[in-house]
Amino acid sequence: MTPADRFARLPDLLADDTDLQRRGRWVTVDCRVDVGEQPFFLGLENGALAAFERGTRLMRSSAFTIRADKEAWTQHWQVEPPPGWHDLFALTKRGVASMEGDFRPLLQNLQFFKDLLALPRRLSSEG
Amino acid sequence: MAPQLDPMVGRYLRLKIDGVDHRIYFEEAGPKGGGGIPLVCLHTAGADNRQYRHLLADPEITSRFRVLAFDMPWHGKSTPPDGWEKTEYRLTTTSYTAAIRAFCAAMELDRPVVMGCSIGGRIVLNLAIAHATEFRALIALEAADFQQPWYDTAWLHRPDVHGGEVCAALVSGLIAPQSPPVSRHETLWMYMQGGPGVFKGDLYFYRVDGDLREKVKTIDTKVCPLYLLTGEYDFSCTSEDTLRTAAQIPGVEVQIMKHVGHFPMSEHPAKFREYILPVLAKISALSS
Repeated sequence: MTPADRFARLPDLLADDTDLQRRGRWVTVDCRVDVGEQPFFLGLENGALAAFERGTRLMRSSAFTIRADKEAWTQHWQVEPPPGWHDLFALTKRGVASMEGDFRPLLQNLQFFKDLLALPRRLSSEG
Repeated sequence: MAPQLDPMVGRYLRLKIDGVDHRIYFEEAGPKGGGGIPLVCLHTAGADNRQYRHLLADPEITSRFRVLAFDMPWHGKSTPPDGWEKTEYRLTTTSYTAAIRAFCAAMELDRPVVMGCSIGGRIVLNLAIAHATEFRALIALEAADFQQPWYDTAWLHRPDVHGGEVCAALVSGLIAPQSPPVSRHETLWMYMQGGPGVFKGDLYFYRVDGDLREKVKTIDTKVCPLYLLTGEYDFSCTSEDTLRTAAQIPGVEVQIMKHVGHFPMSEHPAKFREYILPVLAKISALSS
């Protein structure tokens, strides 16, 4: 499975995690996550994914974008990620990921977004 | 059934730091008959002395060491000085050093060992640079002469972002994935409880005022032994940062801790014990 294919499973992974949905109950925002060259548009409403689209969308706006290369996501999604690849900010510090846009909704809900973007770790046993 | 009591005892100490009255909370535990090598423990930025509760409850350590862990002014149960509401808290190399020396002097500690983590590790380096003769040995956890910043601290104290939650969420990534979940979340809980702007004020020392590049070259480990220990998952103070620092200090002992992050004593107490007991044994041997 490619890293983008793994991320495409995010709606199921979030739907299975009632605790993360509970913690994200105040999160309503549109954002974008790039897995390598592949963009994903996430429409979060009250901690649930009301919209989730893969691929380029012309003129789609989003509050913020988080992007990382394929290797970064692959390492980040290992069950036990190696040092320096285990956290979103570890990735940005080493220069393999970036964050752009309005940081306010991201930082207001930072642990939720960190945990959301780490969900594909649960697919690691499937390769 | 008899009450189950942890062995450490908490007290409040009245003292002056740079001429200003303070009331400092500390906990201690030591040999049953008294005595023991004084070991003063310094918590990380934005946290408090609870990070050392496992050390304070470890008979293998407290049978030889009198362990004392105090809350820095503005942290934990140490109140800020009178008039705090009119100031913006900013820790500096000078004020931090003064607080540690004032605590040791007020407690009449005889050449204590000081162990600090993160900002506590950085200030330990300054103690080695400027006040080595006052200490028996120094232990710097997650310490380096300088570290590259990895986020904008302006986000730590503003009305539209919950300070406690954003502090905890930021530092959560510094904890190793192998840390027990209970210890991880206990570590984060302390970050959620910090006063407004306190973590940010501590980081002023870390990022702006406490650059020790060049100065660490003057450390003389023959005057006071120095030990550096850093967790491999700490990307704030990386292994490379610590090793670069150690390379400039002849005689320093340095170790990279596997499966450990930025908060060794609280995020994975059992693992940290494996690394710190041999260091304490060496210090104990030097003191006998």
